[in-house]
Amino acid sequence: MISSAARLAAAATLMLSSAAMGAAHAADGETVNIYSYRQPDLIKPVLDAFTEETGIDTQVLFINKGLEERVQAEGENSPVDLILSTDISRLVNAKDMGITQPVDSEDLANSIPDEYRDEDGNWFGLTRRGRVIYASRDRVEADEMDYADLADEANRGRVCIRDGQHSYNLGLFGSLIARWGEEKTEQWMEGLRDNLARRPDGNDRAQAQGIYSGECDLALGNTYYVGLMQTNEKEPEQQEWAKAIKVIFPTIGEHGTHVNISGMALARHAPHPDAAKKLMAFLASDEAQKIYAGQVFEYPVKADVPASDIVKAFGELDADDLPLSEVASHRKAASEMVDRVGLNQGPTN
Amino acid sequence: MEALLSEWRLRIQPRRSQTIRITSKRPLFAVGIIAALALLPIVTVIGIALLGETDPAQWRHLTQAVLPNALGTTLWLLLLVGFGTTVIGVGTAWLIATYEFPGRRFFAWMLVLPIAVPPYLAAYAFAEFLTYTGPVQGALRAVFGWQSARDYWFPDIRSTPGAALVMGVVLYPYLYLAARVIFLMQGRNIADVARTLGAGTGKVFGRVMLPTARPAIVAGLALVMMETLNDIGAVEHLGVRTLTFAIYDTWLSRGSLAGAAQLAAVMMTIIFSLVLAENWARRRQIFHGSRATQMMSRPVRQLPSFGPKLAMSAACALPILFGFGIPVAVLGRYAFNRSEQFTSPALMDALGNSILLGAVVAAVTVMLAFTMLAAGRLERSRLLGSLSRLSTLGYAMPGTILGLGLLFALTTFDNSLDRFLRANFNISTGLLLSGSAIAVGYACTARFLALADANLRAGMQKLPPHIDHAARSLGAGSGRSLFKILLPLLKPALGTAYILVFVDTVKELSATILLRPFGFNTLATHVYENASRGAVEDGAAAAILILFLAMIPVLLLSYSLRRDKPV
Repeated sequence: MISSAARLAAAATLMLSSAAMGAAHAADGETVNIYSYRQPDLIKPVLDAFTEETGIDTQVLFINKGLEERVQAEGENSPVDLILSTDISRLVNAKDMGITQPVDSEDLANSIPDEYRDEDGNWFGLTRRGRVIYASRDRVEADEMDYADLADEANRGRVCIRDGQHSYNLGLFGSLIARWGEEKTEQWMEGLRDNLARRPDGNDRAQAQGIYSGECDLALGNTYYVGLMQTNEKEPEQQEWAKAIKVIFPTIGEHGTHVNISGMALARHAPHPDAAKKLMAFLASDEAQKIYAGQVFEYPVKADVPASDIVKAFGELDADDLPLSEVASHRKAASEMVDRVGLNQGPTN
Repeated sequence: MEALLSEWRLRIQPRRSQTIRITSKRPLFAVGIIAALALLPIVTVIGIALLGETDPAQWRHLTQAVLPNALGTTLWLLLLVGFGTTVIGVGTAWLIATYEFPGRRFFAWMLVLPIAVPPYLAAYAFAEFLTYTGPVQGALRAVFGWQSARDYWFPDIRSTPGAALVMGVVLYPYLYLAARVIFLMQGRNIADVARTLGAGTGKVFGRVMLPTARPAIVAGLALVMMETLNDIGAVEHLGVRTLTFAIYDTWLSRGSLAGAAQLAAVMMTIIFSLVLAENWARRRQIFHGSRATQMMSRPVRQLPSFGPKLAMSAACALPILFGFGIPVAVLGRYAFNRSEQFTSPALMDALGNSILLGAVVAAVTVMLAFTMLAAGRLERSRLLGSLSRLSTLGYAMPGTILGLGLLFALTTFDNSLDRFLRANFNISTGLLLSGSAIAVGYACTARFLALADANLRAGMQKLPPHIDHAARSLGAGSGRSLFKILLPLLKPALGTAYILVFVDTVKELSATILLRPFGFNTLATHVYENASRGAVEDGAAAAILILFLAMIPVLLLSYSLRRDKPV
């Protein structure tokens, strides 16, 4: 019995490791290994185009929590070449943890504006998304707003947001701290809390649904969700939600709308750095930017590549030119402020 | 409690002296190794908590602005889930064991089903079902002519009671399973005795059945509480900010892994007290268990009148409807709209991996749990007992945190081995364990050891010790008596443990997603990948496959129980 149990365990181990070996084997040729915060299906069209052009294969592993810790723990034996992230603070964190390496490329420097890449070349932005206001078409007359208006007493009980600790919101709060300072931002956040129509929950789509249902008139959301809802063939009712809202690009005083980026970073111990750099250059090319941004309804990071028609129809994005590394530096303060203000507890009265 | 414990010690003393002592250290050694392996990820997390940078301002923030709310929410949630699962699980088990009503045999079988539904999918399905545009509110608006959400009040599923409802309806089967077995066997005889002595139904339940079943109920309750504590998917979706949620915020939003590990340590304290409580309850169970098995009787069921009969059927149908019907209906509709997903090779690949992983992890986990319990039967030492209790702690850890602990431990091992071999033999082994699916299997084994342990322990305690004594006195060695006598007798418990671990492995998401290598997706990670764009419905096909893959063994298990045979 013992020996048969042991045999079973041995066979099991063999099966599991051979399942893993199959994957490791594919990595032997020229392959760029990618750890991604972003769904593999979304980046597949661009990666396929890259493989077709260069003959270099790619494989993607989706990890959404602990990606940086994994790379750090794997150390010098890490298989990862390229890290794809969907939030500025994750990119900055990767650099701070020492798991990235600088890429000195004139091409990348020329095509990506300063505020969307690391000054040392440790990370580069690929797409931008605006954190905008979804406003009810029926119940909101204004077409221009300042983020400050969300805390205005006139909007009591009219505002919906997702979880205040979500990275999209923390990004916005971080940029407000950078522009306004902590004190003013905290007062603003208290006003926002009191203006909430309900406790923060759901994703950005759920906020659009809240406007559709009449629970709220104003909500914070990312631009691309509007595109996703408008084109949702599988769940056509979401097209109705999208019709109920209009996109307002809010300002921060004289500055433009807060944007966040998705981006890439070359791993410190990348086993295939040359192939990975080719991929980085490709991702920043006009061709890839067009496919990528069109797929995800985001704004290309390159100024001269136009957004998709659906995105253009939202209006003109005038992005705040605050360097994103500064936004990331206020993330911790923003997160603590959310707790302190009790934003996630919802309206106090 | 201290008084009870000492009373218990007095009573158990004679039994202890009967145990045939063996001089070998092998049992302790085996349990020591298993415990060390199982505790490795947890010890690593505690190491991160202690060695990581401690920022006093951070602690102040946590204790002032985070912990009070998080602790309150967590305790409130635990209380509601605990109460709800006890009422549903024990209540239905009692009805099924005591009364004859329409559909009783069918319900007895089906009431286990919701265990196939992972809490994160249940949360999603309920949120969709009860949302403004969902069928319930839509119907209400149509009936009452309301125009918008401002015209009426509707309870919000995205709340602590809402989360308790969602978790309660998928977690109660742990209690149902535990209570049902007890009610069917030992309680039966005692209940019949009580009834011949003139006790009414209510009195039999409250004064006789419930106290006898209490150890099993507490054991099931401990499993439910640990599942509630380790959940992040459901509470995240429903916006219920529990302690687990606070751990994630501290780590991901404020970039402090050490702070997160410190919060995890706070949580471990809560869990440890739960384990102690469970332990205490189990010890008493030894007492009730061993004798009653010897007298089995055919259950005699009462025939209530028409009205109560219907109410009983409804009481059994509702949990199945909520815990299984609604999730399947919601996810099924989304999957139906995306039927092309079912043919995707990636999905088939994920299905294969889920089956393989579940089968292997369940085999290894059950084997380890059996080894620990067998060792405990051979050698009743306190150290051995504590070690085997400790090694089940992983069940209550949030998967990502356990996964992180394991990740650091395994990569340290892999990298040291690689460096050593490269320096001395010029061989590179790379990330031997952490770079393969073994890491995922390890994490699941460490997490679900408690599940196998709980079931085997319950089964083992029902076997009177004189069975081994008889075998030993007839000349069988300790190993022989274990494998030739105990193992066959334990088959039903082994089967239950295997199935529960298999099902939980198939459902496991957070550790798997962190640890899996390139090209290794399970159904759960497939759902999550597709849903990562903010729309769970895009993962509906894989979600439905999870439900059905988990459902098959659960039905098999339930079917074996339906014959009303004691496990």
